[in-house]
Amino acid sequence: MPLKSKDVLGLKEMEPSEIELVLDTAASMRDILGRTIKKVPTLRGRTVVTLFYEASTRTRASFELAAKYLSADTISVTAATSSVQKGETLKDTARTLEVMGADVVVMRHPASGACHFLASRVRASVVNGGDGTHEHPTQALLDMFTIRRHKGRLKGLVVAIVGDIYHSRVARSNIIGLVKMGAEVRVAGPATLLPPCLEELGARAYSRVEPALEGADVVMALRLQLERQQRGLFPSTREYARLYGIDRNRLSLARPDALLMHPGPMNRGVEVCSYVADGPASVIEEQVTNGVAVRMALLYLLLGGGGDGS
Amino acid sequence: MTFREKAEILDADGIRRALVRVAHEVVERNKGGEGLVLVGIRRRGVPLAARLASILKEIEGLEVPLGILDITLYRDDLASRRDQPTVHSTRVPFDIEGKRVVLVDDVLYTGRTVRAALDALMDLGRPECIQLAVLIDRGHRELPIRADYVGKNLPTSRKELVRVRLTETDGEDRVVIEEPEAG
Repeated sequence: MPLKSKDVLGLKEMEPSEIELVLDTAASMRDILGRTIKKVPTLRGRTVVTLFYEASTRTRASFELAAKYLSADTISVTAATSSVQKGETLKDTARTLEVMGADVVVMRHPASGACHFLASRVRASVVNGGDGTHEHPTQALLDMFTIRRHKGRLKGLVVAIVGDIYHSRVARSNIIGLVKMGAEVRVAGPATLLPPCLEELGARAYSRVEPALEGADVVMALRLQLERQQRGLFPSTREYARLYGIDRNRLSLARPDALLMHPGPMNRGVEVCSYVADGPASVIEEQVTNGVAVRMALLYLLLGGGGDGS
Repeated sequence: MTFREKAEILDADGIRRALVRVAHEVVERNKGGEGLVLVGIRRRGVPLAARLASILKEIEGLEVPLGILDITLYRDDLASRRDQPTVHSTRVPFDIEGKRVVLVDDVLYTGRTVRAALDALMDLGRPECIQLAVLIDRGHRELPIRADYVGKNLPTSRKELVRVRLTETDGEDRVVIEEPEAG
């Protein structure tokens, strides 16, 4: 059973069985990463384009490695050095890449919904690499994959997401995905950084971090998005670190076998202290490795069968 | 198109006898079995490889390492297939470098599966040699590939289907040949 859509736009559009399929396929892909020769010929002759209108290290590198390990060709286009600077529209840029032969366009864009806009206007598969404050589905999939690898399941687990929920597409995708898979999701952060309607997504909101952490199986610290904090939503990063930063004491409220996760890049000493980020509960580096496996799985599921999906 | 059974080719005893003979040939050809490993191709090559391993233990006291190969990512028809094959794991928990690998599958037909399996194996290391054992060779090769050990040679028409059913995967041990329903 392949994926139903030609695109991966968000966890909202995916069914639990599809999420399951991605995670199962990623488990097989993970084995390839452990080999001396990290390459299989599966997507020979296919082309994956990364089109990034925002900065990124890991998402982009991860997608490019995933494509290369599957023998696809990759090109990367960065808004700052492309025709976007000459005023080309998003649609024209994407169409241009498509007529050059791109089979998949992985896009990151500051506007929420940009990937949805594009998906209906090109034949190529569009993968959302993060759109505004909306969704970042591949990050949530790799987080779920990491949790499942350690806990053996998602259903019934308590996952606490701590930090700037308001601006976080990672949080939104994780809440949607984890709730779909049967986990209990708690979110905690300063009241000004908690969006309304979290209950509608199925998460419980806490304005204090301690009760959210109690008995949690997974603690997910979010990056404080300093570039989006010009509106004075909290007094200072020092105060934020004191009230919401994950340190040894706070982590000890969670279950003894709890996992500590962070989507990166970390502000050490702000949302998470170095002691726990490098400690035994941390799976932060493993998340990065798993990201490659999950993206390989998605590329295979989008391109690996059934021709161009027509 | 629906198929109906045309003839039973092997029953449980027939499968067992064929595997015992193949096991003897493997030992003979590999001079006792030094450095021998068995790798089954998913799905039905896997239980067949496991059975060969236990027969080799019985008749020669050999402990032969057992691996599982999933060839999905090496297929040459991914782009043209309408259905998408599920990717399963390859489990070869030993180094194949310098080993004598016996690849095991149920039916040898076009040779394309074996071609994919050879590529998949080569990506795992450089074995001393690779040999091929199949339960049924039904002919119609599209590639220059042949089996070293054959349970049964079975001349077929391209229209027919050869169905290998094994207890581990299908609940019974039986090989049948099926032909298209007339009309």
